[in-house]
Amino acid sequence: MHFNGEQQRQSIICFLVCSLKGFTMGELEVEKHAQYILSVEKRKDDFESVVMEHLRMNGAYWGLTTLDLLGKLETVDKDEIVSWVMSCQHESGGFGGNVGHDPHILYTLSAVQVLALLDKLDVLDIDKLANYIASLQNEDGSFSGDMWGEVDTRFSYIAICCLSLLHRIDKINVEKAVNYVVSCKNLDGGFGSIPGGESHAGQIFCCVGALAITGSLHHVDKDLLGWWLCERQVKSGGLNGRPEKLPDVCYSWWVLSSLIMIDRVHWINKEKVARFILDCQDKENGGISDRPDDAVDVFHTYFGVAGLSLLEYPGLKAIDPAYALPVHVVNRIFFGR
Amino acid sequence: MHGRPRKPQKPVDDASIAKAAKLRVLQAQFFQNHHDKIYAKEALEISAKLLETNPEAYTAWNYRKLAVEHNLRSETDPDAIKAVLDEELRVVESALRRNFKCYGAWHHRKWVLNKGYSSVDHEFRLLDQFQKADSRNFHAWSYRRFVAALKNMSEEEELKYTTDMIETNFSNYSAWHNRSVLLSHLLKQKIEGFTPREKVLTEEYELVHQALFTDPDDQSGWFYHFWLLDQTVTPGAPVLVSSWPAHGSDLFVSFKGNLDGGVSSSFTSFCSDKGAFPLIIYFNQSVGGINSSTVTVKHLFDKNEDLIWVPLATNNSGNAQAWVTFLRFPDVKDDSLKAYPVEVKVGHSQCAFTVSLRSIDSKHGEGGSDMEMIVWKDDSFHASEPLLLSPPVVSLDQATTNKEPEQIDSRWHEETLANEIALFQELLSEINCKIGKLTLARLLRAHDKMIYKMPFADEKTHSKEVLDLFSDLMKLDPSHSRYYKDEHSLVLMEQVVSNRESLLTYCWKYGEAHPSYLCNPICLRLSKLSLSRIGSFENLLWVQMLDLSHNELWSIEGLEAMQLLSCLNLSNNKLRSFTALEPLKLLKSLKVLNISYNEIGAHSIDTSRYLFSSPLSHTVGDDWNIDAYVTDGVKMNYWEAAVIFKGLYLTQLDVVGNAIVDEKFNLFLTHILPSLVWLDGDRVY
Repeated sequence: MHFNGEQQRQSIICFLVCSLKGFTMGELEVEKHAQYILSVEKRKDDFESVVMEHLRMNGAYWGLTTLDLLGKLETVDKDEIVSWVMSCQHESGGFGGNVGHDPHILYTLSAVQVLALLDKLDVLDIDKLANYIASLQNEDGSFSGDMWGEVDTRFSYIAICCLSLLHRIDKINVEKAVNYVVSCKNLDGGFGSIPGGESHAGQIFCCVGALAITGSLHHVDKDLLGWWLCERQVKSGGLNGRPEKLPDVCYSWWVLSSLIMIDRVHWINKEKVARFILDCQDKENGGISDRPDDAVDVFHTYFGVAGLSLLEYPGLKAIDPAYALPVHVVNRIFFGR
Repeated sequence: MHGRPRKPQKPVDDASIAKAAKLRVLQAQFFQNHHDKIYAKEALEISAKLLETNPEAYTAWNYRKLAVEHNLRSETDPDAIKAVLDEELRVVESALRRNFKCYGAWHHRKWVLNKGYSSVDHEFRLLDQFQKADSRNFHAWSYRRFVAALKNMSEEEELKYTTDMIETNFSNYSAWHNRSVLLSHLLKQKIEGFTPREKVLTEEYELVHQALFTDPDDQSGWFYHFWLLDQTVTPGAPVLVSSWPAHGSDLFVSFKGNLDGGVSSSFTSFCSDKGAFPLIIYFNQSVGGINSSTVTVKHLFDKNEDLIWVPLATNNSGNAQAWVTFLRFPDVKDDSLKAYPVEVKVGHSQCAFTVSLRSIDSKHGEGGSDMEMIVWKDDSFHASEPLLLSPPVVSLDQATTNKEPEQIDSRWHEETLANEIALFQELLSEINCKIGKLTLARLLRAHDKMIYKMPFADEKTHSKEVLDLFSDLMKLDPSHSRYYKDEHSLVLMEQVVSNRESLLTYCWKYGEAHPSYLCNPICLRLSKLSLSRIGSFENLLWVQMLDLSHNELWSIEGLEAMQLLSCLNLSNNKLRSFTALEPLKLLKSLKVLNISYNEIGAHSIDTSRYLFSSPLSHTVGDDWNIDAYVTDGVKMNYWEAAVIFKGLYLTQLDVVGNAIVDEKFNLFLTHILPSLVWLDGDRVY
């Protein structure tokens, strides 16, 4: 591998920007994390891997998005992935977490996101998939996860995000969907999983994301929610998911993306969050954990890297806070370029 | 995946491989049964074993539901049915003991309960156990609400449960949250025992005080207290707070050229070449449904029903605090200075002003070739003569002739606020805590808003004390310093523009030579005030020239209400992207704009991307096409700038000092702004 002039210029800029922002060059173990993800993908025989088989589709999305943000997506076999993704599709149009697993809206979004990342959305029968999602909308505007009827605002976000990426949002009743999300707004400005449910950063991300994509952010009291969200930053600099809980790297994504969508991210100390995420790396073996010195996994590796991208960590591709995909992918889908 | 210590990597040993293989065999058997639709006893046991080991295997929960439906399809004996369903509950309990946050397990339990054969009381006992193990488990709280509804438990009973939980341990945010939901329902429905509202809220204040004062660093009571405060100060029905032209003012409208200085107060003069002047009304909260049937305007040259009202908002909600319509006036050739009255009535508010029309033969041409450039330097401005200039009277509280029927009992509100202020001052004298300072700042501000309703009141307000509190907080809690800074800026603006004398010190007269459209040379100069945010727009509707340079603005939200703005200086601020300039799209009178030395193009993450109309948020029409904003050879980076500038007729623009600016960008600007005469101080040809 040799550097050409442009790469040399980029790495000098990266070094300078890193120094200016207070990050030492090479703090984020890009190579190690990429290797970690690729190794997890191959690992099949240990207990952990077997227990996680049912959410491999989510794992694929987390792993591949992280690789793209790190600039390492070209190392994967795209055709193999596409073929495996499609083999998880059910006759109903929905996708399961792995081959033979039942369809669910959770894995349907991840499948679409993976295909979007690889620029392979054209392999889909888009209307069939869109109809599956539309069929999950209930009378009150809410969405069920699958035919068994569990309702959660996570599914509202998923339906809206997924259909928007496929340019089929008109297949659902958007007004009712928005009204249902708004009905889950709490007096602290946050959102829960169902009406009356406690505010939680994960649910807030889903509701704010759903409202952002449907042009409905005027329903959010940005100052009130912004204050609740910025108070997730604890003394160590990490972010928790709700009051009096421990910080966790995954909230770096949910709290940060929510703050960014409502333009209040400057209300937290960004350097301290970045420091917290970097401290959660396993610098020897790769991967990022929920808290410093805990066991790593792909889930937290993705959220850590995505969080750093939102914090404009140099060298990482920008990620879109609402669609949770790299900005260049979102631009390709909406602007054709 | 959470909370497991990092262990050194060791090679996968035989025991682990065996364990994994065993699970794989179990899974394979399960999936075989599932796909073959086998629901016999042995098959069920395999699924139970699987869920015991791995409750997250969601397909197994689906399978069990199918099995129940299959096995019960011809069962009528209620005991037999109950036995089958009890077995499901046992499997769920076993799964929850392994992972009490498992969505699949909780949903399966709900599914079983919904069949109506299970003991609800047993569920409450189970929930009590979960509450003891983890009082913050939101699955359990959500399930509790579900079970309470099944049993038709009253909201009062459930409220008592939250009281018990809170009294056991104040640090139970989940209990406070549930309390807020129940209490707001009970108050809204005016359930017996929960009226009058004021009595209930007073008791809630006492309850939350115990939490706050026991441990001020514990957040559990903060948001509940903030909600109570909101209930105490929030106004009822919307009320008109200001307008332009302002109530009691005499407006001089001139057309076809320049208004001579010295004719009248320069605050109330307006030039128009469109044959109409704007009428802006500003409410104390966002409102919808403003149209010719809800607003009555008595104007000599317009029929009320012809008037079209437009909300001044950057979103598609149809609601806004500020609304505008345009009042036409005829091309009066004679020099008639006759003032005629205009009356505006909306709800219980009204205002009235007079208009005088003045036609002047222009000495200056309107052509672009002799358009003077605005220079924003200090020596361009000189102090405005106080005699001629009195700021427009803004308050409409004096104008309101009819009292609202449901006048809020303001005495309780004032007393409660005063009480809270005293309590928090006492707290702060003992403990120097963040929540104490923040709450006191909010209380004092709310108190000022409530008591001092009239702008330009010369009575003392708490502004200085509030500003000091926010400055203290920036040091006490540096991680959130920019939150406090934004609040500080809003209070500073209130202080600056709400007081007649203060406002005048910020008003300057722009020099002699200026473009013909700048008939009103009064500039409000708010530069170098460390403002990170702007507000108090109800007092700024009259402003035509505004200097906000050398501040720390990251947003210009709310600026869209200032419909008269023709010259705006935003240079040397912290604006990060063109999407942050969306309010400018609504400023149709804008001619001169300076956004130099900001941070546009310097950031990879756009924090106002979703507050901006674009296809990403479905806030543009179906016919929107990026090609209309992107020309050949021009990078896609410029489309947001195109969207902002396309609707404006700027004659002067400054953009230098932003990362996005280069030759290509400047060329693009000249294409998108054909009316541009000056770009970064150079003439455009």
